[in-house]
Amino acid sequence: MRRSRLATPLLLLVALMAVGVIYAALGGSGRASADSATSTSTVETGRQLFIDGCSTCHGVNAQGTSFGPSLIGVGAAAVDFQVGTGRMPLAQPGPQAQRRPVQYTDQEIAAMAAYVATLGPGPAIPTQQDLDISNVSDAQIALGGKLFRTNCASCHNFVGAGGALSRGRYAPSLTHTSLQHMWEAMVTGPENMPVFANTTLTPDDKRAIMAYIVRMQNAPNPGGFALGHVGPVPEGVVIWVVGLGLLAGVAVWIGAKVS
Amino acid sequence: MSEIVRPDSEHLAPENPDAPGLPAHRLRRTDVDPIATKRAERQVANLFLVAIIATVGFVVAFVAFPSPHKYITIIPGVLQDISASNFFLGMTLAISLLAIGVGAIHWAKKLMSDVEIVELRHPSASSAQDRAEFQEVFETGVASSGIKEYKLIRRTLIGAMLVLPIPALLLFRDLGPLPRKKLSTTAIHKGVRLVVDGTQAPLRPSDIPIGALVNVVPENLQAIEEAAGTLDERGKDALMIIRMRPDQIIAQQGANWDVEGILCFSKVCTHAGCPLGLYEQQTHHMLCPCHQSTFDLSDAGRVIFGPAARSLPQLAITTNADGYLVAAQGFTQPVGPSFWERS
Repeated sequence: MRRSRLATPLLLLVALMAVGVIYAALGGSGRASADSATSTSTVETGRQLFIDGCSTCHGVNAQGTSFGPSLIGVGAAAVDFQVGTGRMPLAQPGPQAQRRPVQYTDQEIAAMAAYVATLGPGPAIPTQQDLDISNVSDAQIALGGKLFRTNCASCHNFVGAGGALSRGRYAPSLTHTSLQHMWEAMVTGPENMPVFANTTLTPDDKRAIMAYIVRMQNAPNPGGFALGHVGPVPEGVVIWVVGLGLLAGVAVWIGAKVS
Repeated sequence: MSEIVRPDSEHLAPENPDAPGLPAHRLRRTDVDPIATKRAERQVANLFLVAIIATVGFVVAFVAFPSPHKYITIIPGVLQDISASNFFLGMTLAISLLAIGVGAIHWAKKLMSDVEIVELRHPSASSAQDRAEFQEVFETGVASSGIKEYKLIRRTLIGAMLVLPIPALLLFRDLGPLPRKKLSTTAIHKGVRLVVDGTQAPLRPSDIPIGALVNVVPENLQAIEEAAGTLDERGKDALMIIRMRPDQIIAQQGANWDVEGILCFSKVCTHAGCPLGLYEQQTHHMLCPCHQSTFDLSDAGRVIFGPAARSLPQLAITTNADGYLVAAQGFTQPVGPSFWERS
C-alpha cells in the first residue's frame, strides 16, 4: 500500500524530467541549425529569425501590430540595441521593456539588424571610428558633461545613475552601458527616450558625451558608500535613520534606570 | 539658597492623594553586591583606558600620515579610497571622546549615588523691599532728568526717534531694483534663430527626426549672458524643441505655431521654475524633475498631473529665408512660475 502511494508522484517526476531533457535537446538542435544557416544570405537568415522570433508582435512584414510597433525605418541600430541589450524579445508586457540576458548570438543579431535595415532607411550600427573616444580631450569631456547635463541628466541623473519616469517607466542606469548601446540609444530613441540624432548632437558631441559617461563610470569614489550616486536624498535617509537612530538609542540608554 | 530635603522627610508625604510623592527608592545591584561594584569600577576604568589608548593612537596617526592624500581601502566597496589621515585621526578622536563619555555615564549610572533629591522652588518675584527700592530709584531718575519740565527736549526727542527709521527704509530700498517687466518679457523676438544649447548650432527642420528632443536657446542668449556676466537670462529663455507626426498634435496654443510637427516650448516649469527635461517621446509627456508636474506637449502643453497650475507656454516658430528655425514672435505670456503682478 505504502509503495503504490509514492509511485504516482515519482512516475510523474520522472516523466516531467524526461520531457524536459527531450525539449532541451530538441531546442538546442533547433538553435544550432539556425547558426549553421550559411547557405542563405545574411538578410534572408535575419528575415527567418525575425519571422520565428519577432513577427508575432511586429507583424510578418514588420509592419507592426497592436502588440508591437512597426519596424520599418527604425534602422539596424534599433535592432542591435533592443536585442543586444536583451530588451527584445520582450519578456512580458509592462510599462517598459526590461534589460535581461541576451537571447541571440551576435551573428543572429547582426542578421536581424541587416534584415530590418532593408525595410527602410534608419540609423545604422555605429562603426569603430564612431565609438573611438580615445582622442577626446579633457576640454571636450567638459563640453560632453555640459551636453549631458542639458540633454540627458534630467532623466538619467547627473552621473548616469538613472531615475524614475511616470507610471512605472524609468530611465535606466548608464553605469554599465557599452559605448555602442549608448550611441544606438541616442540615435534611435528606444521606447520613451527622445531621439538625439546626429543632426542635433553631432558625432563629435556624442563622443564627448560618451567620454563623459565613461569618465563618470570610472570616477573614483572617495570614502566609499556611493549610495547610488543619486544625491542628497539617500544621504539624508542614512543620516536621519542611522545617525539619529543611534543618537536616540544613546539617549534612551542614558535615561534608562539601572537595575 | 534653596532648601534641599530628603525624600523621606514629611514634605513629600502630604495628605493630598493627587500628589502621592516619589516611589520608594530601590537599591541597585552595585549598591548591595560588592562584586558588581568592583566590576562596574573596572568597566569604567577600562573605558577611560581605551580613551587614553585612542588619544595616543591619534598622535601616532598624526605622525604616521603627514599627508591627507594617502588613500587606503578598509572594506572594499564600503570604505574605500579614503584618506588614511582623515580616517585614523577621526576614528581615534571619536573613540577617545566616546569612551570618556560612555565611561562617565556608566560611572554615574552604576556607582554614583542615585538617591532622589528634591529641591523646593522659591517664589520668582523679588522681595517687596527690592521692588520698593527700584520704584524709588526710578522716580528719582525721572524727577532729576527733568523730562516732565523740559517740554522742548521731550518733543524733539520723540521727533528724533520718529525719523530714525527713515534710513532703514532707504537701505531696504537699495536691496534691489523692482523687477518691473523683467519677469514678463524674454529676449526671444521675431526672427531670432533657435540654436542647440551648448554648441550654438542652428537647426533646420530636416535636422530634427520624429521623436527628437532638442534643448535650444535663442541665438542672442550667449551675447546677453556675456554682457551681463550672469546666467539670469537663461532662466527665462531656455527652450525645448520636440517633433512628432503632425497628426499626433491634438491642440496648440496658436494656429500653426508648429513647423511640420516641430513644436517649441519653454523649458521652465510653470509651477516653481525648475528646468523641464524628462520627455517621454511616445506619450509626449514632459515631466518636471522637482515636483512631478506633467505637461502633455501634444495637447498645447496642458497640465495632466502635478502641482503646476498653468499650461507650458508654447513659442510660435517658423523658418527663415535660409531654412533655419526661428521664433515667429516672442512669447505671448510670461514664462515660468506665477508672480504677484502676473496678469
